[in-house]
Amino acid sequence: MAQVSLRRLVKKYEGDVQAVKGIDLEIADHEFVVLVGPSGCGKSTTLRMIAGLEDITDGEIAIGGVVVNDIPPRDRDIAMVFQNYALYPHMTVFENMAFGLTLRRFPKDEIRRRVDNAARILDIGELLDRKPKALSGGQRQRVAMGRAIVRDPKVFLFDEPLSNLDAKLRVQMRTEIKKVHQTVKTTTVYVTHDQVEAMTLADRVVVMNNGIIEQVGPPQELYHNPTTKFVAGFIGSPAMNFIPARLENGAGALRLHLPEGIVLPVPPERTKRYAPHAGQEVLFGLRPEHLTEEKPTDKANIATFQVRPEVIEPMGMETLVHFWLQGTEVSARLDPAVPAEVGRPLTLAADMNRMHLIDPRTERVL
Amino acid sequence: MADGNTITARGIPAAIAPPRAGTLQRLARRRSTLAFLMTLPLLAVIGGLVVYPFFYAIELSMLNKRMTRFVGLDNYVFLLGRETFQLVIFQSVLFAVSAVIAKALIGFVLAHVLHTLPARGQRKWRGMLLVPWVIPPAISTLAWWWLFDPSYSAFNWLLAGIGAAPVPWLGDPGWARFAVILVNTWYGAPFFMIMYLAALKSVPDQLYEAAAIDGASAWQKLRYVTLPMMRNIISITVLFSLIVTFANFDIVRVLTNGGPQDRTHLFGTYAFQVGIQSGDIPLGAAVSLFMFPLLAIFAIFILRGVSRRTKEGL
Repeated sequence: MAQVSLRRLVKKYEGDVQAVKGIDLEIADHEFVVLVGPSGCGKSTTLRMIAGLEDITDGEIAIGGVVVNDIPPRDRDIAMVFQNYALYPHMTVFENMAFGLTLRRFPKDEIRRRVDNAARILDIGELLDRKPKALSGGQRQRVAMGRAIVRDPKVFLFDEPLSNLDAKLRVQMRTEIKKVHQTVKTTTVYVTHDQVEAMTLADRVVVMNNGIIEQVGPPQELYHNPTTKFVAGFIGSPAMNFIPARLENGAGALRLHLPEGIVLPVPPERTKRYAPHAGQEVLFGLRPEHLTEEKPTDKANIATFQVRPEVIEPMGMETLVHFWLQGTEVSARLDPAVPAEVGRPLTLAADMNRMHLIDPRTERVL
Repeated sequence: MADGNTITARGIPAAIAPPRAGTLQRLARRRSTLAFLMTLPLLAVIGGLVVYPFFYAIELSMLNKRMTRFVGLDNYVFLLGRETFQLVIFQSVLFAVSAVIAKALIGFVLAHVLHTLPARGQRKWRGMLLVPWVIPPAISTLAWWWLFDPSYSAFNWLLAGIGAAPVPWLGDPGWARFAVILVNTWYGAPFFMIMYLAALKSVPDQLYEAAAIDGASAWQKLRYVTLPMMRNIISITVLFSLIVTFANFDIVRVLTNGGPQDRTHLFGTYAFQVGIQSGDIPLGAAVSLFMFPLLAIFAIFILRGVSRRTKEGL
């Protein structure tokens, strides 16, 4: 097992297309790091560079303190789980899992022991004689993980491993992956575009966008303290509301002037932080779960205002209410018992303790 | 469409509703009938050009020379005892096996080389390398015949240039056999190349990436990923090529006409000589049918393997 270091890592493709623009990242031993971001953000390219499947244009990758820039994949002591599993269709499950060990000339007894052990961890003992075609998507995914586990490598690399599974199986396999990591504790780099996967699996999440790292941190930190508009909008589902507003200073208290005459007070404890921006146009960021129905509470800094819902989505455990403020869509998460109706005035409570202000020019959180 | 799913106005499926149209009309409307009618022209062509000549050839091979009397397997027994025919069997096997092996190896290497070229260059080379396969073999073999000419040939001119003695390319039995195998290989290798190239392109890149991470060298990727993934296409191309090469006629006919001393005759050219030129059509038919049982058994084994691997998802 080992730490992984990326230093000023750059990847340029033909035509000067820069997929990764000089990123720095330190991944600790035993850590589970998830690279998350939209398509084309450079996360898969970064993973493939760690694997040695893509050449590095500039910068450095070190695994276990050894720079691996010029070391081929087979000598990096890594194992990778691919999106479409990449199982050898002509080999049985056992042969698939044993292939890497056979090539490395492990003794047969040792191969059998390791495969049986991985099969036990993944509960695929009875599938060892089958060919991949005779397996379900979830079983194939387990075999692909088994192939990685038997190698006992320094680093596990996962490239969107759950993308080809249906929603139910994805949740199940997510738990499996977390369980496996808790058992084998191998340093893991996991790539996904699904922020829920990132939040649930990671010790630390790396949010990437347009070839750069936007923010790195534990899931809760990214959720509560995003540093950019992109991270604020990417982490959390449904996404954070961004409402154009003007920050005004009146009689020593800051207020946010939203469209359609809505005025919300800024919590006094944030006055010092936001005071330098008084008089500026800002984006008011508030997650739908912090914009709910009005309810009796002793919590401070709850501001209420009235809206007319335009779309209502009952989800069972909650109801999503959507309305528009001068062309900006806003979502709120309500208790399903609240009788919301399209067009009927509804009073919403905004938890201003959870508010974010974003500079619309720099898109950084103030 | 008036199939079984059609619902009548009262909600009763048409199939169980009382018959209104005539039986013939309903038969004509059925999908299976329509499909049969549409494939009928093809079935007629296959019947007329394949099935009928095949059975007619079997019948012919069991008649006497004047085609007046049924002689059973006498023609086959007579052929087996004839030294020239034993030579033809040996030569046909030598010709087909060595030419197919050479074509498969050259095609495999060319396909790999092409596969590694960038897409733009690849198209150009692919087109050029396919040229031998698209020229009618009788015409290209004439060019080869000139190249092999003992007095004026390009090959012997080159040999003379380096001070070597001229080679009787088509006059010596050994060199003549080499020449027909060479020309057949030159003509057939592009077919293997294009089939193997298509097979190579269908192997997912991620299998190679997984193998690279598993620790495979380039040779091990070829051995454990490429070849197993190409087994079906290799089997089918070898089978197809073996059948066509055994039945080759034009190359030998133009290049050596079976000579010298019958040492390049194959089943096809020998059947032509015996059946058409010497006027013994039943014996010629027996020659042409001789390899059929062996090739049929070979084909059954190969196709069974292909079918098994297809079921396993390869």
